[in-house]
Amino acid sequence: MERGKEVTKVQELVYELKVEQAMTREVVTVTPQTTVSQFREIMRVNRLSGTPVMENDELVGIISIEDLIKALANGDIEATVGQKMTREVKTLYSDEPLIQAIGRFTREGFGRFPVIDRQRKLVGILTQGDIIRGVLRELEIDYHEEEIHRYRASHIFEDIIADRTSLRFEYSVVGQDFNRAGEASSGLKRTLSRLGIAPPTIRRVAIAAYEAEMNIVIFTGGGQLVAEVRPGRIKIEAIDNGPGIPDIEQAMQPGFSTAPEWVREMGFGAGMGLNNIQACADEMDLQSKVEEGTHLTTIIYLDKGG
Amino acid sequence: MKLEEITVGLALSVRTAPHKLGVEITGGYASDLLSRVMARAKRGNLWVTIQAHPNIVAVASLLELAGIIVAEDVELDPVTIEKANQEGIPILSTAHSTFTIVGQLVQLGVAGVD
Repeated sequence: MERGKEVTKVQELVYELKVEQAMTREVVTVTPQTTVSQFREIMRVNRLSGTPVMENDELVGIISIEDLIKALANGDIEATVGQKMTREVKTLYSDEPLIQAIGRFTREGFGRFPVIDRQRKLVGILTQGDIIRGVLRELEIDYHEEEIHRYRASHIFEDIIADRTSLRFEYSVVGQDFNRAGEASSGLKRTLSRLGIAPPTIRRVAIAAYEAEMNIVIFTGGGQLVAEVRPGRIKIEAIDNGPGIPDIEQAMQPGFSTAPEWVREMGFGAGMGLNNIQACADEMDLQSKVEEGTHLTTIIYLDKGG
Repeated sequence: MKLEEITVGLALSVRTAPHKLGVEITGGYASDLLSRVMARAKRGNLWVTIQAHPNIVAVASLLELAGIIVAEDVELDPVTIEKANQEGIPILSTAHSTFTIVGQLVQLGVAGVD
């Protein structure tokens, strides 16, 4: 796993995640009438270092271990929380992005912020520990699995000892099924990204594969998308059993299409598919026989290190 | 500019993947012809269309677009919604036409990718 990528992902997450996704929801609170010695016990039992002060369901202050130490130093053990608390409470809104909270911790130096909703009701509390845990949890859900796949897959060539190596991925494409159309190329794209192929190369493969897949869906009863990865190049083949293309030269004309009207209404069949494939490919070969089928071969070279 | 700001600025309704609104927009593209979109739209673009079938999600996902604005309140196919949530592609709806919404996007500072 590259360090650069990890950092970017964390940065993305602190912008995406809201305070409410990281905060602790069960908040231990005290009242202004709680004594300092009771407060000390509550902190000890719950392993906390500070807590909001609530009166009649309203946030009236915040008190921390530091306030407690000061009170003890003065011998004010019987004083109340109301006398020792900080009255001007700095809060965060539950729907603020975490990045906002991180900035506030850095600038204002507090150990915790009570979190309120837009109706100013206390809904949780946020510490820097909560932020770290929240981000880690999200990373785990969102990313960890994908990274493991990627790590395993991108090392596969290193582990293989052979004079020639290739990886072959086959995808079945169902004809006329517009709900599933695009699944083969999406699967191929994900696989190549796990293999560590460079993103610009993946983009070219994805466009070529998508257009080839759509041609099978729109015009045939079904077929296959086959990708073969070798050091240096990726070959994509789209194979179907008909109806075949009567005039390949004509089919290659930009804007020429035989797609039925209802397919065009969905935005397909603009007569651009083969041209898109050609634009993405380093080599392209189209073979077709009417009533037998079509075999499209596209080769895309891998950049050095890609 | 972030997709979230555009969503608020243009009063779009968020139909899928609300957690992906923090993404930065790299520009805009508008077309209903999918092959045109495949050929022209760039990574991180916002795409305006009146197509609402599931394949728009495949297109957006393959191109890594930031999101799709479906204009004229065209009804989204339930499969479209399901796939967009799965792939993490935000779909935003508006009653405005493509023309109007593109105009508003330009006013907000989203540039076309020409």
